[in-house]
Amino acid sequence: MKNREYQQIDPQALATPPPDHTSRRLRRKWEVFPGKNRFCCEGRIIAARQSGVLPLTLALILLTSGLFFIFDCPYLVQNLTGCIPAIGGVLFVFVMVSLLQTSFTDPGILPRATPEEAADVEKQIDNPTGSSSSYRPPPRTKEVVINQQVVKLKYCFTCKIFRPPRTSHCSLCDNCVERFDHHCPWVGNCVGKRNYRFFYAFIVSLSFLTTFIFACATTHLALRSRGGNGLVIALQESPASALELVVCFFSVWSILGLSGFHTYLVAANLTTNEDIKGSWSGKSGGEDVGNPYSYNSIIKNCCSVLCGPMPPSLIDRRGFVPSDDSVQTSPVEIQLPAAKNDKNMCTQGTKGLLETASRSPLLTSSCPQAKPQAMPAVLETLPEIVPSPEPHPPKTTGGRQSTNTPHKHHSHHRSKAKQTTHHTHKTSNSSPRPYHSHSSRRKDSKNRDPKFSSLR
Amino acid sequence: MAETHSLQDLRQAAVTSKVFVQRDYTSGTICKFQTKFPAELESRMDKQQFEETIQTLNNLYAEAEKLGGRSYLEGCLACLTAYTIFLCMETHYEKVLKKIAKYIQEQNEKIYAPLGLLLTDPIERGLRVVEITIFEDRSIGSR
Repeated sequence: MKNREYQQIDPQALATPPPDHTSRRLRRKWEVFPGKNRFCCEGRIIAARQSGVLPLTLALILLTSGLFFIFDCPYLVQNLTGCIPAIGGVLFVFVMVSLLQTSFTDPGILPRATPEEAADVEKQIDNPTGSSSSYRPPPRTKEVVINQQVVKLKYCFTCKIFRPPRTSHCSLCDNCVERFDHHCPWVGNCVGKRNYRFFYAFIVSLSFLTTFIFACATTHLALRSRGGNGLVIALQESPASALELVVCFFSVWSILGLSGFHTYLVAANLTTNEDIKGSWSGKSGGEDVGNPYSYNSIIKNCCSVLCGPMPPSLIDRRGFVPSDDSVQTSPVEIQLPAAKNDKNMCTQGTKGLLETASRSPLLTSSCPQAKPQAMPAVLETLPEIVPSPEPHPPKTTGGRQSTNTPHKHHSHHRSKAKQTTHHTHKTSNSSPRPYHSHSSRRKDSKNRDPKFSSLR
Repeated sequence: MAETHSLQDLRQAAVTSKVFVQRDYTSGTICKFQTKFPAELESRMDKQQFEETIQTLNNLYAEAEKLGGRSYLEGCLACLTAYTIFLCMETHYEKVLKKIAKYIQEQNEKIYAPLGLLLTDPIERGLRVVEITIFEDRSIGSR
């Protein structure tokens, strides 16, 4: 037997497990992403968790285009010209590529603040006012002057940051999105800074495609009925064209209207969010309020929005999660703000709980259009129910204001989506019809504004 | 005078605190950081040096986001190829980001690490802040 020296085993060391960084698999950031997103292909493709009506959009486009290529093209190639399927093909490819890019591109999601950052921001908020125990918490807004315009930056409770200008928090995706335009259920994703050009390309090419198919189907039927047979016989011979006509007729109005609306937005360098809220329309102030982001030149606005440099994705989906070996700096400081803001966080936390409770049955639903009808009602009553103990707390106005409008967006989108279950046509989410609802919404926001402005 | 540290030494040192240099939105939504010298760094480094670093970073980001002939050409080309060109080509912005990463590493090695500070690339914080980590100065006999 060998003589060995045995080292005294320290029971303390045994109690705490040794750090096993090497044995634990390094996770990628997309696996621990806090927002409501789905990732495919190891994080290369991102989509919103609720795909919305995207399958319906795809089905309609594929069906109509398929019918066009199978039934209309052969006849038209024989009797007119061979360019027709070529043009149709190019348009179809453009539509599909831009749709997929809109749906699966990161719209400009802002990553949430690290704990140290959040603590630093909390310190900055509480210090100036000095009121830590008053009933009325400090207003969570910061003012900044951009191009001689005063712009209010709101604090996002979920992401724990002061939102940059033009950024809004999407409650469906639970992310702050830069240059937030709207959440589009047709595309199943938010439309923001990074994918707005794809969205615009999609709706413009789709308007061309639907107009083209409509024209071709009409020409086809006209040519068929010209041979003395009449329209009815022509329809009987080619029922597919009739279906195409119906789909395209109803789509063309909404899609063309939507394209026109977004062309206006691009030329004015506005987002749908700003247009609906009437941020720069000057109606609320009465003074000369203009868009501080506009270059005051239509061409420059268009170029900057559509052809500007493509910003990178900030969420670094495929990066590795750093192993937790960084020492926590000043843990006491981190706890203090949490205690102070218990009241604030409580309301937000309760709201979050209620939201997830109302949403959980929906995650497994196969029909996203019908079920979410209950949701907007629940969600829209939430801001009313939750802060009732504190009368109109200003600290939630920041959260409320921003989340209310997306709710309005969502309920508007979903009510439109519900209508499509009854009709075969596609209705858009912000289209000629909304010219009425925009003005009504502006009135709504105006009515709400005086309440909040007094609290600000 | 503080003992100089190398970047490797810093990794073993304890973190005292972190300073966050916030974004400056007065020029709009372009990426620009405030050049105001944080109070916590007053004892550690020269104000001039700090401002120079931040200003260079701002200039680099401005170059990335510049609207000019080159970005328009890139945008139009991308549009014509149905944006599939982004799959194969690196955008101008990404090229400048690499330049920025190199610059920050250089600054860390030459200037900040010897002072016990570490700059974090803003892209790792979502372009929201420039995070400066202040390491505990353990060297005996310094200050």
